[in-house]
Amino acid sequence: MVTYKFHQYQVVGRALPSETDEHPKIYRMKLWATNEVRAKSKFWYFLRKLKKVKKSNGQMLAINEIFEKSPTKIKNYGIWLRYQSRTGYHNMYKEYRDTTLNGAVEQMYTEMASRHRVRHHCIQIIKTATIPAKLCKRESTKQFHNSKIKFPLVHRTVRPPTRKLKTTYKASRPNLFM
Amino acid sequence: PFKRYVEIGRVALVNYGKDYGQLVVIVDVIDQNRALVDAPDMVRCQMNFKRLSLTDITINIKRVPKKKTLIAAMEAADVKNKWENSSWGRKLIVQKRRASLNDFDRFKLMLAKIKRGGLIRQELAKLKKQNSF
Repeated sequence: MVTYKFHQYQVVGRALPSETDEHPKIYRMKLWATNEVRAKSKFWYFLRKLKKVKKSNGQMLAINEIFEKSPTKIKNYGIWLRYQSRTGYHNMYKEYRDTTLNGAVEQMYTEMASRHRVRHHCIQIIKTATIPAKLCKRESTKQFHNSKIKFPLVHRTVRPPTRKLKTTYKASRPNLFM
Repeated sequence: PFKRYVEIGRVALVNYGKDYGQLVVIVDVIDQNRALVDAPDMVRCQMNFKRLSLTDITINIKRVPKKKTLIAAMEAADVKNKWENSSWGRKLIVQKRRASLNDFDRFKLMLAKIKRGGLIRQELAKLKKQNSF
């Protein structure tokens, strides 16, 4: 399969037990990060914003990677995000069609970077969900909800089958019709 | 103007990447650039349309069939024979054969070519003699 840059992790942590609080509440977060170290760091970042606990007075209980349950099934993903633009913070809801959630999240990051020039550290994913086809809001995902979908590939670029066979000059002009 | 469409059941040839040269069936369309693709001897996976060359062959399947249904539909449509008898399929088979020749085979090929050239020239000489009268 394609290697995904962003992995989904489940991170569980709590504050350290103290005399006032013998059994502090345990918090669990599902995050996207490129690796486990980053995931743990992100966890503390978000937890700091929600509760009065820092990495120095907290402990990590578990971190597990979450894998896609059905990677061969096409799903419509809705992603709610909060991003920082040059003028302030905005919320957004985006829809993607993909087979895995990691793939959809990666699509989201690349699309935000291209359409809004937002780098990935300025994006916070609020929520992700698999949307059933009836509830999709965006026309660009709804247009693929057609069991008899049919379209031609209009422009065919002829590519050499390996990068090794690439040449700068060709003897004849290519035929672009499929 | 267009004869080959991306549709569920279209057979395509992979023309780039790890599965180069394999015939696959488009079982669903993910979005504008990608399709979910399946073949009897591989796990169902997604592929970019840039890696696929559409063929003329289609099979009759519904969206995302089970592996067994897919194999049955491919047998019913006789994809293998249709492909091997099509001019495109035959060319690929010949290319593969040529690439897998060993030195002795190439020697035999050289002799066969010389023999064929000799026979052609004999016939040509006969025809020239007839026409010169």
